[in-house]
This record gives sequence, structure tokens and C-alpha cells, in this order.
Amino acid sequence: MRNLVRVQTDDFDLNKEYNRLITTNSTCGAVVLFSGLVRDFIPPQQLVSLELEHYPLMTETMLGKLSMQANARWALQRTTIIHRTGKLLPGDQIVLVGVSSAHRTDAFEAAQFIMDKLKTSAPFWKKETLMPNPDSKPESYWVSAKDSDEQLAQRW
Amino acid sequence: MIKVCFFADLRERLGCAELFVQDFSGENINQLKTFIVKQHPHWEKIFLEKKLLIAVNHAMASNDTAIAAGDEVAFFPPVTGG
Repeated sequence: MRNLVRVQTDDFDLNKEYNRLITTNSTCGAVVLFSGLVRDFIPPQQLVSLELEHYPLMTETMLGKLSMQANARWALQRTTIIHRTGKLLPGDQIVLVGVSSAHRTDAFEAAQFIMDKLKTSAPFWKKETLMPNPDSKPESYWVSAKDSDEQLAQRW
Repeated sequence: MIKVCFFADLRERLGCAELFVQDFSGENINQLKTFIVKQHPHWEKIFLEKKLLIAVNHAMASNDTAIAAGDEVAFFPPVTGG
């Protein structure tokens, strides 16, 4: 499959996804693989866990559209977008964007494009459970969208 | 009948994940909002929020997007994935 989109609770294997992006006929000259991780807060705040909600079917549709847009704009060989949902812990992998192409510029730019657009257009929402300090009770908040993400998406 | 879904923070604030709208005779999202608010008056303030996003049949939409029976409409806050 040239363009792969998966939304799943399971973790993903970077090595396996890297190998899938490389075409078998040796025309591939560049692979860019981006993985997003669950980042802990700066002490004394501590992230307990993250819950990722999504809109089933729309997420897959939107991610598929992003793959198509990237293919229309850059000379790509294969693309992979994997996004996890459900409960995640600090250090866990959340998202993977992989792109292969003959030349590096196409792969670098397309990967950044997909990631920037995913952040502002794919229907996922994060709810954080955190400890404001080590002695407090856990509190849960929905993460707010960032203007800086919107600006990054607008540049394409 | 129109299926209406709510997600994330919005779903929790409304205390509702989905509802089925019957006997709706309007033509667009704006009219659907008015119709829903008539049945749930305490939702009015939430529905007036400027940042509320809309999807019709899994594609992003706006207040003037046309809708008809059988469509699936979703309302949700700005997305925060990745």
C-alpha cells in the first residue's frame, strides 16, 4: 500500500514502519520518520496520564486527505500516518508520520506539512491528568488548542 | 432524521454524546442549532461559542453548510491531537 493510515490503541514499531516506507526497487533515496511522544511537565507538576479521544471514521478520512494532499504537492513514494488513541503515559509514542521519496527535500517538507495539518485538522482531543505538585490530588483538564499550531498550519 | 454527535470538552459540558433530531425542516447548520437549542434551552450559550467546530458527514463544515435527512452532524472544540 502506498499510503497507509491507521488509528489504533496499540503502540507502533519504528523499525517496522521504516522498512515499510522503503520501496523494493532501490529508487528510494530518502526516508523521514517523525514520532511524537507524551511529554511530562516541568517539576513540580507531573503528568499522570493522557486520554486521547477521537471521532471515528472522520479521523481516518481527514488523515487520508492529508496523505493525498502531500502526494499532490511533493514527489513521494510512500506515506504512513499512525495515531494512537486511549490512555497513554509519559514517554509513550502518540503519533508517527513517515514519508519516503527519491530526494530528501520532498520527504522533509511533506512530513512537516502532514504533521502541521494533522495538529489543526484531525479530530483528536487530549485530556491530561496531572499532579500540580507531588503531594496534591490528580486533576484532569482538556488541552486547549494553541495559536502557534494554527500559525504553523497556515504557512503551507 | 439527523444524527448529531458531540466530542471531548463539549460532550462533557452538555452531558450528551449524541442525539437524533426528528422533524427538522431547516436547511443548514445554523437552523439546526436553533432547532436543538429550542429543545435544550440551557445549551444556547455553549452553541454560541465562536470556536465551536462543525463537521457534516465527516468533512469540516460551517454554519451555512446545507444539511438534509440522513446526514451526520458533529460539533466539537478545536482539535488537540498529534
